[in-house]
Parts: sequence; structure tokens; C-alpha cells
Amino acid sequence: MEKFTRLAATACPLPTENIDTDQILPARYLKLPRKGEHGKVLFHDLRFDAERNERPGFPLNRPHGRAAKIIVAGRNFGGGSSREAAVYALFDYGIRCVIAPSFGDIFAQNATKNGLLTAVLGEAENSALLLALEREPASIVTVDLVPQSIACGELQFQFVMDASRRDRLLNGWDDFDVTNSFRKEISDFKGADRKRRPWAVPHRRDI
Amino acid sequence: MTSPLTLFDKLWAQHEILQRDGESLLWVDRHYVHEGSFHAFSQLARRGGRVAEPELTFGVADHYVPTRGRGQPIANPEIARMVSDLEKNAGDQGIELFGLNDPRQGIVHVVGPELGLSLPGLLIVCGDSHTSTHGALGAFAFGIGASEVAHVLMTQTLWQKKPKRMRIVADGRLAEGLTAKDLALAIIAKVGADGASGHAIEFSGSAITALSMEGRMTLCNMAIEAGGRCGMVAPDATTFDYIRGRTFAPAKEALEQAIEDWAGLGSDPGAPFDREVLIDATAIAPFVTWGISPEDALPIDDHVPDPARAQSPERAKYLLGAIDYMGLEPGMPITDIAIDRVFIGSCTNARIEDLRAAAIVLAGHVSKVPGLVSPGSSAVKRQAEEEGLDQVFRAAGLEWADSGCSMCVGINGDQVPQGQRCASTTNRNFRGRQGVGARTHLMSPAMVAAAAINGRLADIRSLKSDKN
Repeated sequence: MEKFTRLAATACPLPTENIDTDQILPARYLKLPRKGEHGKVLFHDLRFDAERNERPGFPLNRPHGRAAKIIVAGRNFGGGSSREAAVYALFDYGIRCVIAPSFGDIFAQNATKNGLLTAVLGEAENSALLLALEREPASIVTVDLVPQSIACGELQFQFVMDASRRDRLLNGWDDFDVTNSFRKEISDFKGADRKRRPWAVPHRRDI
Repeated sequence: MTSPLTLFDKLWAQHEILQRDGESLLWVDRHYVHEGSFHAFSQLARRGGRVAEPELTFGVADHYVPTRGRGQPIANPEIARMVSDLEKNAGDQGIELFGLNDPRQGIVHVVGPELGLSLPGLLIVCGDSHTSTHGALGAFAFGIGASEVAHVLMTQTLWQKKPKRMRIVADGRLAEGLTAKDLALAIIAKVGADGASGHAIEFSGSAITALSMEGRMTLCNMAIEAGGRCGMVAPDATTFDYIRGRTFAPAKEALEQAIEDWAGLGSDPGAPFDREVLIDATAIAPFVTWGISPEDALPIDDHVPDPARAQSPERAKYLLGAIDYMGLEPGMPITDIAIDRVFIGSCTNARIEDLRAAAIVLAGHVSKVPGLVSPGSSAVKRQAEEEGLDQVFRAAGLEWADSGCSMCVGINGDQVPQGQRCASTTNRNFRGRQGVGARTHLMSPAMVAAAAINGRLADIRSLKSDKN
């Protein structure tokens, strides 16, 4: 998995709350195989009209939105469906960090598994950052995962993140490698658990 | 003396293999996969892995399956490939599959409990956010993404940070005609779509214990719409009665032993919760959504919000956007909202009790709009037909179809056309959820039936009094 340490890039403001994963990746694109091309359908129905023309009002279609590597959104970004393809869409488009006052739990978990940083800011700080970006769309936002800081011009904030998710992103850890180092613990647990909770195994009547 | 524990604390402790770096490695008891889980199987193949515990893994075809023409080949080649890929993956890995033409087929969150696969005390995961449904049995059940599905397939474990504990206490009796769906929407309207973010929700109180298993499933299903990691109800006599005799559930002495263990799972008196929310169930009116998030829910006798009265410019902007998308007028009575169609289905509200509730209201009436009824499982369909419910829906002019996720997410082709408005028993009223440009109003099955009869959103309570 790609590591995340520090990123300095333009940021696209999406000052809307409740941008659910159906908006990030409409369900009809869930059938797409993973080939690094999910970015084409990112925010599809918000970004394009029925004839697939860009909607000029959508922030990602503005000059500085197009090359953004950071999105600053309203509260509850990524709520709803567990579709990991929503993260693929952001990542394939080039987004490496989303900043918001809150995230859907499953979305944030999926993001961690794919090298996408979800940084939580307080409502007031998030609004200040959004305002700064509306005023100066060319501003460079610097996100540093080590001190958990976000800087944009005069603005300087600390963001909140789980220590475990932070370590994963900083190190680019692969869960499978970590888990495999605990094979014996897993096997011991299973053995003891089968005696402790015999009912936990599906009961298969003799066929 | 040991300190009192919550239901969730107990479930967590029973599944914790080890702790590392602020996270726990948890043992998974049941893993449900569906045809949308193909990203995870691709990861498995790429890593050359095998499914670690095929006996604890079950496959169901539900998300993309057609709801008409069962027994015939699937017309859409992409969907046909997804369903056959699931069959192949399940076959290769020794996973039991409830495939398209299996009599046990249905929506995974209906099938799991129905077959006795989902039980109290289990940790249950599935690559679908509505896995919270199974918490109704007193299980720790939650949705996961494709990478985590792959991890469970290969290791039967998951790394998780322990969520905080939230208790939602609903006391008092729901008014006649009101259901778990009204309660769920009232709760989400109160706490917000991210109100339970980072929390495991336990639902308790007299209004919860009075619910049937079906009602508890509806409620826990919607826990995710309040942002909860999971929702759960402590197992009790209602739970144990429900489990008895189900295909994969323990039987005889094994069941009695299990019930003894399960009966001790409930939260201990004085167990600490990080957050508590109280709901007066007696004060709840039938709830419907007007906007584009499940938190945009109001009592049926209320009015569409007026952005001019919003607390902040951001809020006003959100309301304007939602009202514009939904094609409504600020301040209009919700009962003035005319609909184009109805949908009765989904893992939220397509169990037998839901179909009965809708049929009671519809009986002897004709729907003013077209509509689709998709039972939650093939077993629910058979039972509904035995009870003659299909005849009620057909006589009302609604289409009676097969089981699947259908018009809740629209990926099988069952969609609400652009710009049309649907009264729906589903769980999400997001923009475009039921089709591009579709407008969704969420409500209970009885309220959908009332809307069908009236051609507009209607108060089930006034409908009932009209009959008297």
C-alpha cells in the first residue's frame, strides 16, 4: 500500500454535508473491475450531466479543482454504502487526502486500507479552511501526518486521527502480513473458543 | 467483584484474540459474501490465498439478481457473469451458496436470520453496510469494505478499534399502526445521519423489547443510517423463540445450552455507556423522509422545511439543494406530496410481517400509482403466497416479483425513472439511489400502502379512522 507522510497540493472545496458513497461512486459503476480507472466516474452524477457534459458549477470542474489532491468537505463525508470502490474512485482520480468534520466509519476504514488519508477537523476550523479556499482557490494546503497538521496560508490546524490508522498510512502496512505473524494466536483462540462457545459453529443436520 | 459490562463489551471480549497498537484482532463467526464481493475474491486470487474457514462463510446472490424471470438465463451479460463468478468462487473455495435458483435465496440480511445462521453472541460481517441488521439477534454485526472482506476470507479475523458505546432507550408504547421503521426514522432525525458515528448502538427500553424480531431487524438495519458502527438488541425470549427450529441453529440440548449462555449477554445493571439518548415512543407519529438523507425525516403531519428559517447559511444551502433535488416547495405540507410509484422491498422492510402490514392497508383498495413488491427472500415469497398476500398486492395493481435488493439500490435494473417520486420501504433516500434523478421518500410498509391508495404521502392514522 502507498505510504502517506506529507502532502502539499491544491485542495478542492466541497462545502456540502452528507456526501454519501452513492454520490462519490454511483451504484451503476460498482461492476467495474479494479484497473485504476475508477477516477473517471468519481462523483459522476454531480460532475457530469445526462449527456456527460461537465457541470461547470461543480467544484472539481473548476481549474484548481481539476488537479486537486485534497478535498475539503462538509460533515459526514462517505456515509452510507460500504462500497470500497468509492475510495478507489477518489484515489484513482489522484485524491490522497479528504478533510471533513466527520466521516462514515466504513468509508474511513476502507480509506486506510488504500492509502487515502481521512483527516478530521473541528466544524469551525473546517469552515475556516473552506472559506480560505473559496477566496484563494490556488492556495496550497499542506497536510503532514507525522505532527497531524494542516496548513493553508495563515491557517494552521491539528487534525484528529486514530493512532492505528495513522501508523498504517505512515508505514504503508499490509494487514495480511501483520495478521500472518499471529497465526498461532489465531489458531489457539479458535481451539479454545470452540469449547467455550460450541453453538457458534453452524449446526449442520445430517443430510 | 467484576465491573458491570454492556452487551457490546461482552461480545467484544468474547471475540478478541489479541491487542496491538490500539486495535484488536477479532475472530469472525459468520461471513456472508454476495456477487458484489468480487473485488475481495480478486484480492484473494492475486495473493494466491484460500478461504480460511469455508464452513463459516456463506454466499448469497442478492444485489444484482433479476426479480423477474427466475429459472431463465439472466439477460444482462454483465450481471450473468457476476452471478456465475460468485458460483465459481464459492464452488472453488467450498463455500455453501444460496444461488439464484436456490429455494433459500434472498437478501443476505433476511436470509441469515431466517436460516438460523445469524445467532446471538456471534460476530457477523458482510461486505454490505446493512449487516447491522443481524444485531437484532444480539450479535455484533457490521458492514466492511472489499479489503476487509478479503482479510476475513483469508484469516477469519479482522483488525478493529473498539467503538464507543451508545445506548438508545425508547420507552413507552408505539401508537397503533406505528412500527420499528417510524421509530428508526425518528431516532435518525433526532441524532443525525452521523450522530452515532464511531459508536456501537444498543437499543433498549420497553418499546424495543415489545418489538418482534422482524421489527428489531428493521431498527438495527437502520442503525447504519444514524452512522452507527453496529446496532444491537439484547437477546430475550422473543429472540430464542425466533431461533428455535431454524435450519442452521443449534437444536435440542445444544440449543438449551446456547440459550443459557445467550441469556447472560444483556448489559449488566449499571454498565457504563459513553452516550445515552432517550426517546419517548408514545410521542412518535408516523415518520417519512422529505429530503436526500435519512436524517431529513419528519412526522407525516409536518411541513417541508423552509430554508429562510434555517439556523445557518450552510444549513440553508443544504435545505435549498435538497428541496430543489426533491422538487418540493418550502413549507408545503408533507401530505401534499404526490407520488409516481411505490416500492415495497429491501433488507429493511420486506420480511413477512412487513408484507402483512402493507397488505392489511391495501386490501380492497386499488393503488393510484404503479408499484413493485419484492419479498425479502424466496422463503418470504412462498409464505406470502400461502397467506394470499400476493393476491392483495396484485388486486391493488402492484407487481409481485422475486426476491433481491431490487429497487433499493437499482443495480439489477429495477429503477425509479428520472424525476419520478417513489414512496419506498427502503433505507436510503440519497440522490440517485433508486435511479438517476429518482426522488425517494422513506417510510414504513403500512405508510407506503397508504401512499399508494392516496396517490400522495398519507397519514396511516387518518386512513384508519376513515374506515371506521
